[in-house]
Amino acid sequence: MESLLIQRGRVIDPASGVDAQMDVLLRGGRVVDVAPAGKLRGQAKQTVNVRGAIVAPGLIDLHVHLREPGQLHKETIASGTGAAAPGGFTSVCVMPNTLPVNDSAEITRWMQAPQRSAIVNVFPIAAATVGSAGEKLTNFAALKKAGAVAVSDDGKPILDDRLMRTALQAAARLKMTVVQHAEDTRVTAGCSMNYGATSFRLGVHGMPNSAESSVVERDIALARATKGHVHVAHLSTREALEAVRAAKKAKLRVTAEVTPHHFTLIDENVGEFNAHYKMNPPLRSVADRDALIEGIIDGTIDAIATDHAPHAFHEKQVEFERAAFGITGLETALPIVLTVLHHHFKLPLWRIIELLSVNPAKIFGLTGRGTLAKGSHADITIFDPKKKWTFDASQSMSKSKNTPFDGWNFTGRAVVTIVGGNVVWEA
Amino acid sequence: MKPQLGSLLSINQLTTEQIEAILALARRMDPDRPSQLLHGKRVVLLFYEASTRTRTSFEFAAKALGAVTTLVTATSSSIEKGESLIDTGWTVESIGADVIVMRHPNSGSAHLLARYMTVPIINAGDGMHQHPSQGLLDALTILNHKKELRGLRVVIVGDVYHSRVARSNAELLSRFGAEVVFCGPRDFVPEIAATLAPGVVVNHDLNAALQGADVVMALRVQKERLAGRHHSVEDYIAHYQVTPQRMKLAKPDAILMHPGPVIRGMELTSEVADGPQSCIHEQVRNGVKTRMAILAMVLGAAH
Ligand SMILES: [Zn+2]
Repeated sequence: MESLLIQRGRVIDPASGVDAQMDVLLRGGRVVDVAPAGKLRGQAKQTVNVRGAIVAPGLIDLHVHLREPGQLHKETIASGTGAAAPGGFTSVCVMPNTLPVNDSAEITRWMQAPQRSAIVNVFPIAAATVGSAGEKLTNFAALKKAGAVAVSDDGKPILDDRLMRTALQAAARLKMTVVQHAEDTRVTAGCSMNYGATSFRLGVHGMPNSAESSVVERDIALARATKGHVHVAHLSTREALEAVRAAKKAKLRVTAEVTPHHFTLIDENVGEFNAHYKMNPPLRSVADRDALIEGIIDGTIDAIATDHAPHAFHEKQVEFERAAFGITGLETALPIVLTVLHHHFKLPLWRIIELLSVNPAKIFGLTGRGTLAKGSHADITIFDPKKKWTFDASQSMSKSKNTPFDGWNFTGRAVVTIVGGNVVWEA
Repeated sequence: MKPQLGSLLSINQLTTEQIEAILALARRMDPDRPSQLLHGKRVVLLFYEASTRTRTSFEFAAKALGAVTTLVTATSSSIEKGESLIDTGWTVESIGADVIVMRHPNSGSAHLLARYMTVPIINAGDGMHQHPSQGLLDALTILNHKKELRGLRVVIVGDVYHSRVARSNAELLSRFGAEVVFCGPRDFVPEIAATLAPGVVVNHDLNAALQGADVVMALRVQKERLAGRHHSVEDYIAHYQVTPQRMKLAKPDAILMHPGPVIRGMELTSEVADGPQSCIHEQVRNGVKTRMAILAMVLGAAH
């Protein structure tokens, strides 16, 4: 049986309360032992010497668009997971807005088939409604059986109150999560960025904060009524954050994720119509960005997720108002989190691991992940929080290069990514 | 000093010296005494939006300087289906354009084109964003009547939100120390409009805004944009139409401007449009002079 010993690392496993110089032994796709340095010598055929780097449970991205089936010119499951591995992600949860929409057990299984050549774990999030058309719920039970970890109509928010209520009830019965892209699209039609001084100056229609927070507030009320679990995707406004904070105080089943770009960039960065700063939800104001950082630090925000949204050059090199929404993010997420949250805002590493691994595993109920406890899956991210490097988008493993972070200097990155006991990437 | 211009995309892009140089050159331009300053130059007028006024103005300006012009038009349906803006730009450039003058319904389209072309781009209006030649010709018109822009109170009344003319004017006037008052119903003049530039304020009461005004600039108001909003056409006329009575609230020597096309009985009355304070025809004449200056500067032929 394949075995691997990770030596000379600093193991941080928040789920087991471990932060120490330990070695980790993997065998048969599982963690079989975590012991003080040197104790496990000679027990594995292969060893990786990580020289003081951090050994953490594998990072899990709750929000990724891999474009397969249907839009292979943007990304494939193989190329997308190929970018996840150097980004330190051992698992990606993939959104259903493919062509066709992933609203069936058949597509859910197809996405996970070995023929897709994924190099990290792929967990489909299935559509909550047929075709994500917002009319009829999909068969949650069948989808869950096929491997779907949650349901969502990401990009096409469920606005109808009754439909969202039934979705939460149906999901609750199966212990599934409903992921909502909170946007009142009746208000945001024709908008290309955040509503504010920059959108006014550029003469571009802007999305007000209330288009997000009103939906989050409605969903929280429904979570209270149904006891269902709603997960707020890519939360971007201070008002929505406040609503989630209050919901948590009231002990409701409400969780939220924030993307690296929303706690790093602001609407002003759009500059003179740079489409690499165009995504949905849009970059917001300084006040929103600062509130998000506060929410991450105080624990209101449960997870960091990328909303990796690859697009081809020609889909961005058009008039700003016609350019596709979205940016790539798998390779820059951990570097941004380490550079900004750890080094600048002094967020301890164990909290970073909670945001990127422990909590994501809990939110979607991924048992045996987000931890290095004996018996858990041998998904491990080894990262060097001090490594200084420059991101070059042209070298990205993703098929698409639509990122605002090209040329950014980072401190920290993944150095080894292990999935199911196998090294899938090494710096 | 000879300021290098490159493309003309927005007012904000220009230095104060460049604005002054364009205005000084525009004053010396005379459309009735044609020159050969731009002899042999090819000016492509790339119009994705119908605009007889601006197109004709640029065309006359180019011809008055001896340049050759070609009009390339596209309907919005052909944009949806057809080649990308950048590909169209490359085609026009390869055919031999020396400068591209573009009107386009999308904000930022001129910036996009300029990023990829080697020939200069003149923005003849992009969506709700900018119309720099209009801002410049309006400054020229004001300066024909006022000693300087500094300290002037300029009231811009109408649909500011959708207006590239308002944005270009406010940015230019603010740069030279004028006070700009945006006036109109809340849908047309949101509070955020005051963030556009220093010295810009918002006032929803036209009678109050007009007190002490040196310049009154009425903007076009499209009836369709009033439909379904809080204001009806009657409401708009009652509160925001520029009338002879309202003009009396401004300074006695105030001038009245409008970028056109004027809809009489809507934004202003005929008495005002044709009255002694009106500079509307002068604006059109100054448009040709200003565009002659812009073309000369952009093509590096200004001395
Ligand atoms: Zn989304």
